[in-house]
Amino acid sequence: MLFGILVNEGPYQHQASDSAYLFAKAAIEEGHTIFRVFFYHDGVNNGTRLATPPQDDRHIPNRWSELAQEHEIDLVLCVAAAQRRGMVDPDEMKRHKKDADNIADKFRISGLGQLIEAGVQADRLITFGD
Amino acid sequence: MLHTVNKSPFEKNSLDTCLRLIDDSSSVLLIEDAVYGALENTSISDKIKKAQQATKFYVLGPDLKARGLDKSSLISNIEVIDYKGFVTLTVENDKIQNWL
Amino acid sequence: MEDELESGVVKKFLYVNRRAPHGTVYAHEALEVVLIGAAFEQDVSLAFIDDGVFQLKKEQDTSEIYTKNFSKIYAALEMYDVEKLYVDKDSLESRGLTENDLSVDVKVIDSKEMTKLIVDSEVIFNF
Repeated sequence: MLFGILVNEGPYQHQASDSAYLFAKAAIEEGHTIFRVFFYHDGVNNGTRLATPPQDDRHIPNRWSELAQEHEIDLVLCVAAAQRRGMVDPDEMKRHKKDADNIADKFRISGLGQLIEAGVQADRLITFGD
Repeated sequence: MLHTVNKSPFEKNSLDTCLRLIDDSSSVLLIEDAVYGALENTSISDKIKKAQQATKFYVLGPDLKARGLDKSSLISNIEVIDYKGFVTLTVENDKIQNWL
Repeated sequence: MEDELESGVVKKFLYVNRRAPHGTVYAHEALEVVLIGAAFEQDVSLAFIDDGVFQLKKEQDTSEIYTKNFSKIYAALEMYDVEKLYVDKDSLESRGLTENDLSVDVKVIDSKEMTKLIVDSEVIFNF
C-alpha cells in the first residue's frame, strides 16, 4: 500500500515528527511503501543538516535522511514554509543570494502541489501535527 | 474509518469533537497525549465507555508506556497496540481522519 | 503549472479547519493548500469545526498586528471553483455566532450531516 505522510511540526518541540518517523518505519517493515513525506509549517525544520543534538538524544533530521536513503523515500519541505523559516537548499541559496544552504541529505524543497499529489496518488494520507 | 486523536482530553476538545462526529463503523486510536483519555476513573471515562458501545478504541502502547501507564490503568476493552498495529489499522480502514 | 497532474484521478478532498486564525499559522497555511490544490481539479469541500468557525468571522482587520489579512481570501474561493464550505452548527452556536457573522456564503450543517461529510470524503487534510 502507498502511504503519504504529512508532518506539521518541527523536531524536538512536539512528538509529531517522532510519531511520523516510527509510523513510517513500521509501515516499511510491514511491506508498504512511503510515497512521500511532506513537511509543512514548522515541520520544515526537520530538514536542517545543522542540527547537533546531544549524543544521548536521537538525531531527528539524520534519522529521516537515513530512512530515505535506505528506502528511497521522497522527503519534501514546503518551499513557502521553508523560505520563511530559513531552510535553504543549494538552488534557493543561489536564487536568494544567501551565503549558505542548510538542507539535510535526501530532503528537497518543493511546492504545496507535492502535498496535493500525495493526497491523490497515495492510498492513505496520514497527518502528524499539533 | 480510522480516527486518530493526539491531544489530552483534559486540555483540548479534539477527542470530544471526534466522538461527536464519528459514525458507528469507526475506530478511534489514541496516540501521544491522547492516551490519557483511555484512563479509568477520570472525568471523561464514562463518556468513553458510552462511546464504546458503537466504537472500538485503541491506544498506542509506546506512548502509554512512555507516560508511566499500562493496560491495568485503562478502561476495559481498550486495545493496546504497537506501531505495527497502528499501520494495520490504517490499512484495514479505507480512510483516516486525524483530530489534532 | 509544474505540479499539475495528468492522471485524471478525481478524489473527494476534505479540508478540516479547526483552528482560530492569527494565533497560529495553521488557518492561513491551510488556505494556501486549498488555493494550490484548486489547480488539481479534485472534488473539494471545506469543513469549519470548533475554533475553525472563527476563520470566517466578518470584518477581520490585522492592520495593527502587521500580519496578512487572509480572511479576505475565503470570499475569493469561489473564483477557484471551491464552493462547498460547510460550517458545524454546534461549533458556531457554542461560540455565540450566527451565519450573519460570517464573511462568506456557507452551508451550516448539524453533527449528523458533518459526520456524513467526513465519512464520504476520501482524502482528509488536517493542519
